[in-house]
Amino acid sequence: MMLSPAEVSIAGEARVPSPSRRGVWVVAALAVLLVVVVLASCLVGSVAISLGQVTALLLEKAGVATSVGTSDSQAQVLFAIRLPRILLGALVGAGLGLSGASMQGIFRNPLVDPGLLGVSSGAALGAVATIVLGAKLAPATPPWIAPYALPVAAFLGALASMMAIERISSVGGRMVIGMLLLAGIAVNALAGSLTGLLIYAANDVQLRTITFWSLGSLGGATWRTALVTCAFVGVPLLVLARFGRPLNALLLGEAEAGHLGIEVERAKRSIVVLVALVVGSSVAVAGVLGFVGLVVPHLLRLAVGPDHRLLLPGSALLGASLLLGADTVARTLLSPAELPLGIVTASLGTPFFVALLVRERRRLV
Amino acid sequence: MPLFAVGFEKVVRPFLALAVALLSSCDRSSAKPSAVHEDAQVGMARVVSVGSAVTETVFALGAGGEIVGVDSSSLFPEAAARLPQVGYQRTLAAEGILALAPTLVVVSAEAGPPTVIEQLRGAGVRLEVLGAEPSVEGARTRVRRIAELLGRDPSKVLSDLDADLERARVRRGKARAFPKVLVLYARGANTLHVFGRNTPAEEMVRLAGGENAVTAFEGTKPLTPEALVAASPDVIVIPSRGLDSLGGTDALLKVPGIAETPAGKAKRIVPMDDLLLLGFGPRTGKAAIELGEMLHPELMPDGKAPR
Repeated sequence: MMLSPAEVSIAGEARVPSPSRRGVWVVAALAVLLVVVVLASCLVGSVAISLGQVTALLLEKAGVATSVGTSDSQAQVLFAIRLPRILLGALVGAGLGLSGASMQGIFRNPLVDPGLLGVSSGAALGAVATIVLGAKLAPATPPWIAPYALPVAAFLGALASMMAIERISSVGGRMVIGMLLLAGIAVNALAGSLTGLLIYAANDVQLRTITFWSLGSLGGATWRTALVTCAFVGVPLLVLARFGRPLNALLLGEAEAGHLGIEVERAKRSIVVLVALVVGSSVAVAGVLGFVGLVVPHLLRLAVGPDHRLLLPGSALLGASLLLGADTVARTLLSPAELPLGIVTASLGTPFFVALLVRERRRLV
Repeated sequence: MPLFAVGFEKVVRPFLALAVALLSSCDRSSAKPSAVHEDAQVGMARVVSVGSAVTETVFALGAGGEIVGVDSSSLFPEAAARLPQVGYQRTLAAEGILALAPTLVVVSAEAGPPTVIEQLRGAGVRLEVLGAEPSVEGARTRVRRIAELLGRDPSKVLSDLDADLERARVRRGKARAFPKVLVLYARGANTLHVFGRNTPAEEMVRLAGGENAVTAFEGTKPLTPEALVAASPDVIVIPSRGLDSLGGTDALLKVPGIAETPAGKAKRIVPMDDLLLLGFGPRTGKAAIELGEMLHPELMPDGKAPR
């Protein structure tokens, strides 16, 4: 499903004028929405903390005394559990949304999901290997690394598959998008079969752990994981968000983008590496979370059109809000137990997405 | 172009609605835990118990009333299954546990993820990780340690356990032959696993006076029809929840290979409660007696296995 020539020409023209005014308003509204969702996530949870108490706790942390009564356990929950979790969720959500928009841009295909690069399966392989082989390797690993063994292994798996894909898809110094797709499929298949082998060797407890891990969760968020994620997801995010103009030009085709003065090779390669970094790190800390990367750019396109200068920041903001909202549902619905996040993103998001599609069906065809 | 003619408010409004709903749901979710707080009696521990053996032990020590939350594997005794759930023991959530305002969290070594254990420790909750060794000694150690943590007397539970184990040992001594026992693990017909060496199942079979029919590998492996025939078990033992997921004894006999084994031919399929068979809690001795009766009907007064 390529974009129609009409849409491509719109994007081409949009390169020159500034982004549409309405689109800018949409992005601004999404920024406000994110603030509201972050605030809501601070307030909602198994442990009750009111808006006044959250404000008081934050002020007290900043050294301002208040008269609002708060308990130590509320402070613990807010600072040690909720805030790092919110930061992690916002980063992962923004990363997945933005990666999805960028990937759909360079493939010029709205069906592309960041998982297509094979990076998620590489990360999953690393994670599953830790779960299955971890106990055997445990005596050889220093205890301080144990809680981080899984994310580190997942990240290494993502990195390895990214390097393989980059190598396979380079033809004479150029990254060929068609090859990139095939390389992604190949890496996906290989990582999938190796994961299958490990699953075969796994015992019952490990199988359950794998199942739950693959459903995704932000439950393991600590300040340390959140801050490391800032570096591995946050920084690439800021860089990726600046690729709006090259992606707009790429909608016309690679040769045309080159004529427009875009360094096509550099742009493609940077985007692929950055997306791999973002997606690999996200899977490492939160498991495989489908849906966000595929659907968020679609929702945005309905509202702002195909201009990547709006689509990229918009996808990041909406992705963050969506994932945080879903996580808030995940951790309150069955309180004090939690629902895996992947279940919530897909089960809440899909009907909403389908409803939108059905409502706009006439206009879409 | 029609693609983007949709007003952005249509896209954003549902999200705003969701956000508002979340904000307003905050009041409702706050009511529950604070009410629990006020119930707390002075001097009583508030225990979150994770792991079936841990929960069974706390109840056996008579401290079941101090439990305020259990994991999803804590299904025995029945009172435990009615307590607030903190989820599957490998995917615990710190905030949910903290919301129960526990004074003590006792978890089995299998509990996780590690970062959540770290969060709980960081939140200043007293957290005790108990070994998960599937052995009689492991069961004894768990009883002693939990009794110590809760300030209870373990001697009754320990002497009951020892008395049961002694009965099982005496029965083992009378047996002329040890039947070959295959222990299956089933979650639907496509996930049949067998327990090999160094598994809780092997230890329980030994205590009951049988020998594990599967000695070719350690841990659990998916079942294959050929391996099943090669193991040629005299008796097949299966956790009852697993048997239910298969669709009962008749469905199990239709699994390729099962009907060809001596156990299949004689229809010696023994379902046994999952937690009793594999839990290694304070009921370990009772489990050994119960399974022993099924393995050695010749030692029963009427020469028949109990129904």
